[in-house]
This record gives sequence, C-alpha cells and structure tokens, in this order.
Amino acid sequence: MNLESFLLMRSEIGLLAILILLIIFEIFSDKKQKAAVIPFALILLAINTALGFLPLASGELFGGMFKTNALLYFFKTTLSLGVLILLLQSADWLKEKVVDENKAPEFFILIISSLLGTYFMISAGDFLMFFLGLELATLPVAALVAYDTYKRVSAEAAVKYILSSALASGAALFGISLLYATTGTIYFDSMAEILTSSNLSILAFVFFFSGLAFKISLAPFHFWTADVYEGAPINVASYLSVISKGAAVLILMILLFTVFKPLIETWHKIIYIVIIATMFIGNLFAIRQQNLKRFLAYSSIAQAGFILLGLMSVDNLGTATIVYFVAVYIFSNLGAFGVVQAISSFSDKENIDDYEGLYRTNPKLSLLMMLALFSLAGIPPLAGFFGKFFLYTAAASQGYYILVFIAVVNATISLYYYLLVVRAMFLRQSDTAIPYFRSPFYMRLGLILAAIGILVAGVYSPIYDYIFSISNTFLN
Amino acid sequence: MDILSLFVVVPVLIVLALSFFAKDLKQARLISVVGMGIQFAMSINLIFAYLKERAVNTGIMVFTKDVVWYETFNIHYSIGVDAISVVMIALTAVVLLAGIFISWKIDDLPKEFFISLIALSSGVFGFFISTDLFTMFVFYEIAVIPMYLLIGIWGSGPKEHSAMKLTLMLMGASAVLSVGILGIYFNSNADGGALTFNIFEIAQVNIPEAAQNIFFPLTFIGFAVIGALFPFHTWSPSGHASAPTAVSMLHAGVLMKLGGYGVFRIAMYLLPVGALNWADFFLVLSAFGVIYGAFGAIMQKDLKYVNAYASVSHLSLVLFALLMYNKTAWTGAIIQSLSHGLLTAMFFALIGMVYGRTHTREIAKLGGIMKVLPFIGAIYVITGLAYLGLPGFSGFVAEMTIFVGAFQHPDMFRRILTIVVVSSIVVTSVYILRMVGKIMMGPLSNEEYKDLPKATWFEKTGLILLLIPVVMIGVLPLGLSEMLKESIQPFLERLL
Repeated sequence: MNLESFLLMRSEIGLLAILILLIIFEIFSDKKQKAAVIPFALILLAINTALGFLPLASGELFGGMFKTNALLYFFKTTLSLGVLILLLQSADWLKEKVVDENKAPEFFILIISSLLGTYFMISAGDFLMFFLGLELATLPVAALVAYDTYKRVSAEAAVKYILSSALASGAALFGISLLYATTGTIYFDSMAEILTSSNLSILAFVFFFSGLAFKISLAPFHFWTADVYEGAPINVASYLSVISKGAAVLILMILLFTVFKPLIETWHKIIYIVIIATMFIGNLFAIRQQNLKRFLAYSSIAQAGFILLGLMSVDNLGTATIVYFVAVYIFSNLGAFGVVQAISSFSDKENIDDYEGLYRTNPKLSLLMMLALFSLAGIPPLAGFFGKFFLYTAAASQGYYILVFIAVVNATISLYYYLLVVRAMFLRQSDTAIPYFRSPFYMRLGLILAAIGILVAGVYSPIYDYIFSISNTFLN
Repeated sequence: MDILSLFVVVPVLIVLALSFFAKDLKQARLISVVGMGIQFAMSINLIFAYLKERAVNTGIMVFTKDVVWYETFNIHYSIGVDAISVVMIALTAVVLLAGIFISWKIDDLPKEFFISLIALSSGVFGFFISTDLFTMFVFYEIAVIPMYLLIGIWGSGPKEHSAMKLTLMLMGASAVLSVGILGIYFNSNADGGALTFNIFEIAQVNIPEAAQNIFFPLTFIGFAVIGALFPFHTWSPSGHASAPTAVSMLHAGVLMKLGGYGVFRIAMYLLPVGALNWADFFLVLSAFGVIYGAFGAIMQKDLKYVNAYASVSHLSLVLFALLMYNKTAWTGAIIQSLSHGLLTAMFFALIGMVYGRTHTREIAKLGGIMKVLPFIGAIYVITGLAYLGLPGFSGFVAEMTIFVGAFQHPDMFRRILTIVVVSSIVVTSVYILRMVGKIMMGPLSNEEYKDLPKATWFEKTGLILLLIPVVMIGVLPLGLSEMLKESIQPFLERLL
C-alpha cells in the first residue's frame, strides 16, 4: 500500500488526527487552560471540513473492506459540516456547564469518535467494517446522552439508548450471520452476486433491516427516540437526529441498492409499509407534544419516513435525492435544534408554550426557527421544499402515486404541528415571554451557517445537479 | 433584467429594503407605497408593451425567457405572458397598491405586515408569469404561506383558528396538486420526448387518457380549492372574515383567482381529455357553489361573511364558465375574475373602513351610515350595484358574457344548469340591496355614529384606484375582450 492509496482515507485520517491532538491537549493542559479546548477543537474540525471540499479519487483499501467514491466523500463532508455547526451551537453550553467539571475535551473526543464511526460505517465494503463502524458510531453517543450528569433523565435516557441500540446491533449482527450462512461471504460485492431470494435470505434481511431501523428510528422501532431525545442534552439529541440518522439512512440505501438488490420485490413491500407507518406515527404523535425536544424527535421520525420515499426508486434519482434530502435535513434540523439550544441555555425553557410571544422579544431567533420549521415542512423557497418534492418525484418515477399521495397528506399534517410552534412564537403575545437576549458568538455563527444552508441549498440548483452527477458512482 | 422578471425582483427588493431600513410605520409604508407604486406603473407599462409586442409577435406567449434551473429534472425558470396573465398582473398590482393605502394606519408590527404582504405578492406575480409547472408551483406556495401570519397576527375574531384552517386547506390542496403535477410530468414523454415541466411542450404531447382521467381531478381540485370550489370552500368565509382588511382584499381579490387561472392553464389545457370526461361532475359542483354561496350570503349577519360567501358564489361562477367550453364563456370567466377581484377588494376595503369607525360589522347594528360618511356611503352603493350587475360597470359585462356563452352550448344539461345558475343573480340582488339599504340608508342606528371621522385621503386614493378600472371595463368592454380574444385562441384550438 502506498501513500497515495492510503490518502483515500483522508477524511478518516483527519478525524483521527483531531482525536489524537485533543487527547494530547487533554493530557498536557492544566485546569485553567481547559476552556481553550473549545476554539481549538472547532478550528481543527473546521479545517478538516474545509479540506473535505478538495476533490478526492475513488478507490478501495484493505482488500475491499474500505471503499470511497465521490458520493461518499461528499456525504462525509456534509456530515462533517453538520457536526461543525452542531459543535458551534453547543460551544457555549460546554463553556457554561461542562468546562468546570473538566469534561469538555471528552465531549469533543466522544463526538468526533462517533463521527469517525459513521465515516467507517458508510465507507464499509464488507459487513465486518460496517459493524465496527456502527458500534463506533453508537457507543460514544451513549456516553454523550448521559452527559448531563446532574439530571436523572439524562442517565435514564442513556440506559434506554444503550439497551435499545445493543438490541438493535444484536439483531443486525444476527441478520449478518444469517447472510453469511446463505452466501459464505461478508463482502458486499461478492454477496450481491451470490444472494438470491430465499426464505433464509429474506429472514436475514428482516433482522438486518430491524437493526438499522432502530438507528433511523423507523416505526415500529421508534419507541426509544422521544425519551432519549428528551433526556439527552440538546446538542446530543440534535446529533442523534441528524448525523446518526443521516449516516444510517445512507448505508441502508447503499446496501438495499447493491447487496439486497436480488430481494428487491421483498424489501420494496417492507419499505412501502414502513414508510406509511413511520410517517403517520411520527406525525400524529408530534401533534400532541409540548416539549420541543420530544416534538422534534417525533418530527424527525416522520422525516425519516419521507427520506425512505427515495428508496422506492433504485437508480441515480433515488440515490441523489436521498443524499440531497439528508443534507438539507441536516441544515433544517440543526437550525431548529440550534434555536432550542440557544433558548434553553439562556432560560432553561423547552416547551412550546414558553415560546409564546417570542417574536416580539427575540425576532431573529423566531425568524430562524420559522425558517427551519418551514423547511422541514417543505415550504418554498426553502431547501426542504425541494428535498421533499424531489423525494416525491423519485417515488412517482416508479409509479408509486398512491404512496406519494399518502406522503403529501402527511406533509400537510406535519405542517399543522410546525405551525403550532410558529403560532406560539408569532401569533401569541405573552407577558412572560422569554426576554431579549443576545446569543454568544459561536452560537450565532452556528445558527447563521444553518440558516444559509436552509436558504441556499434549495434555490441554488447546482448543488443537486452535482449530487446527481456523482450519484452513479456506487451503483455500477 | 427583462420586463417580467422585474415583477418578482421588485417585491423581493422591497422586502429586503423593509427588513433592513424600515424603522417604524411611516418608513415602512413609505417604502411599501413607493415600491408598489413602481410595481403598479410597471404593470400599466406591461399592458401597453404587451399590445405593442402582440402586434408583431404571434407566439402564444410573449416576452418569453428560459433559463435552466434544475438540469436533472429539466426544470426551467421559464416565463412569458399572454393577455390573460397580463390582465391578472395588472389586477394584482392595483389591488396591492390599494391594499397598502388601506393599511396606512396599521399599528401592530407594521414592518412585518408589509413584508408579509409584499412577499405574498411576489409569489402571485411569479405565478402569473411562469410557464413552467414546477416554477409555477413554487410561486403558488410562496403566495399561500404568508397568509398564515397575515391572518394570525393582524386578524380579528377567531383569527388563529381561521388562519390555521385556511393554511391547512390551501396547503393540503397544493399537496394534492403536487401529485397531479408529478403525474403530468411523468407522462410528458408519452410521445417519446424528454420529461418536461414546460407547459407548452406538454401541450404538444398526447397524454394517455387513463392518466388524464386520474390526474385531471387531482390537478383541478388542487387549484380549485383556492378558487372556492364547493365543498372545499369552507376556509374562505372564516378566513376572509378574520383577515385584516388589506389581506381580505388581496386574498379574495387576487389569490382566489390563482385557482381559476391554474384550472384553465394547467388542468384543462394540459389534460383536455380528462377535463372533458370530468367536466359534468365539476360543473354540477361549481353550479351548486354559485347557488349555495348566494344563499349563504343572504343568511349572514356579519358584513365580511356576506362578502365572503358572495365571493364563493362569484368565483364558482368562474369555474362554471371555464367548464362550459365556449369561447364567450371563457372570455366572461376572465372578465369575471377581474371584475370580482376589483369589486370584492372594494367591498372589503369599505367594510374595513366602516368597521374601523364603528367597531362593528353586524348588519343589524348599522344604519344610515351614508348620512355621516357620504363618500364611503356613495362608493358603497356604487360597488353594490356594480356587484349585482348593473350595466355600465364591470360586473354586468362579466356575468352577461358568461351567461350568453354558457347558454350557447347545445347540450340540454348545460342549458338547464345555466338557467339554474342565472337565477343566482336574483339572489345576489337580494342580499346586496338588503345590505346596502340597511347599513347605508334609513335613520342613523346609533347616536354615537354621528361624529364618525370622514374618509381620509389615503382611503379615498385606495378606493378610486379600484373604481377606475371597474368603470373602464364596464364602459369599454370591447377593448378588453378584443385583447383577450387572441390569447383564448390556443385554448380553443386545443380544447374544442
């Protein structure tokens, strides 16, 4: 192996370097210097994200265990940008609540390890690498969920998360072992050639799919979501809902489109039902929520249902649309979570009722929240509209008009509950409204980046066209 | 920048100017009135430019421009206008400018009010200039969503409920519409070409009848909900009643016209076979809507509700005329859209003025207003008479053309429906005359009303702006129908 091929792992190596630097920093800094870890880590990650915009060749390493191509590389850069925004948004929370307990470096170490895990997971060329990546992506998050050590719900959420994800990983692993039993290989490429539709392979698929469905929180595997989001610190909930979920959706798509292509008849039916169930359950439960974290949890369940619409179209269109929607969804959800985080760290308020009259005291935050929610609801000219419309297009291109119809009905339901938040912020007036406050620098930067993403990613069409042009790289 | 894109760009610039520079009500309304004044001047200019261009250009659309937007889906930002869009743009500009004059004294969050109003208008203008289905759909949704804030923040009565109902019904309809649009898109290669969203390219394609039968009702309902098709009109009365004056004006005057325009240009034009197969069904619904709206208006006690139901009635008449498949009826439908847009805007403006002074909209509590507010009273009477179709005003021209056209149809079923619908004129006269008589004439109902302030200059300006075209259409209908004739020709060729 020469250096050039080794550099195919540039994104992963970059993250690893950040991890090592952070650990060194942690060891050699004294207590007073600990706060400096925040700008240090942010700058490192920003550099790594910026490097992600440089082009990278496609190829594979370690005998096909690790693959990379333009689409994966684009996706990794998007995830990295997402984590950067997320860390910017959590910087002040870290400064206030975590630095004193001397836990700030660990926060970064954990979150970047998890990101590294998602990188390996989506770049996997066989199930071993996939599983390692999956675990590396999951375990640090369990620790992060429990980061609010002074809150009991946080610990409870962590236990829930670790138990349900252990179960999910177990199910996925069992599915993988059955796949190995049917095909005798763990490599995606050779498995795709050997796998045929049989009872055993379908059983294997079902187990494997349930495992991933936990991560994406698809119905009926969504029960952990709301509780964990509610208990976890907001930025961790945000991480779960955008980065974890986005990466899991991508690897699910890659596997369905390649390894499980022989089972397409089966998994199309399963996905069809899962989409409908996920959208309805997510949407109908979201209507009843008061706590914004639970609200966004259910909304993100419903969004996952929408994302799967792209799976109905097994071609460039489906691939490009899913990647694009995940990117758009990352920005929109980070916008919403960011506002919740900003308000929560100022006033400890997380309920929709508390947001009443917010526009009159904090117009910019309310405006951003409205943009983010409208983008999630799919209102033009925001990015979410284009993402959703293209998902409908992908499903309709295969003739699934009834499914699209159900999806648009759900989009209307979702508009209702997104408008409930808008109603609280804009329509209501309240004497106990959260007073005006100015968010600290990092938070503002994080929110502005999310807002730019929401406003630009849709109207500026070359982004989608670029994704479409690179989306055939893994299909052949 | 071409002459049409400016119609979208100017409102966006005004919105930006308002967000960054407007500090208080005075500055906000100054920026808005200047901006929309420019927009109004541009629309007058567009009419003359169009007439000049039409003389030399025989294409269906003039001032066309086409820029690729999403290459993958063959989505273009493609624009162009024919006479129908030109008059609709002019209508929008005049109603909007009048609406800004009427909102001269909005006190709560003035900057945000004008921003929402003008953002909404950019969607409307964009809708009327688009010749690409996707772009049109984008603009359509942009035009609908600010309504939620406009009604919810500045409205009256059960405003939160009305705003939510209106937004959900209209966005639900547009969701249905999106399925219809996708259906059209994926059938646009039926003759072997590439998939396209371009309206005039799709019009060259013979979409299979089975597909037309499925997607026509989706597209039709998607648009017709905002055109107050019975039984999907229920958002309209409560929405209009709760909305602030300028918003009611713009919504009833302009936004509801998007429905008829979309039905004509998209649903019927692109899916002609499906349209023919479904025409009878939707004819009955729209005919019922005409009668239902008229009787609904009789029963109302609140002035705004009267006008809202009257709008349901008059706009169902537009759908009715469109489905009549007749050149005269189609011309009538377009003139009716214009006439209703102007008249209903006047009505809502007048109701707003009366309500702003007396703080009641209940017919029973008002009386003899003409004595204290002569200008408003006189215009009210004129509007009422124009509304019920007095010759010399636009209402007469519109309804006459529709009924003459509709009755020309040889089919007995349609003639009977026409006769039924014509009877709504009588009902209209009843509620209009009763309302005008009760609140304007007779003794003053309340002594406190004696010192009501007279109409201010901005109110007068707004009303006169709207009244001029009403009279112009009424007195010179031939110029308008001559202008529309050529643009209806492509529809005739494709649909008949």
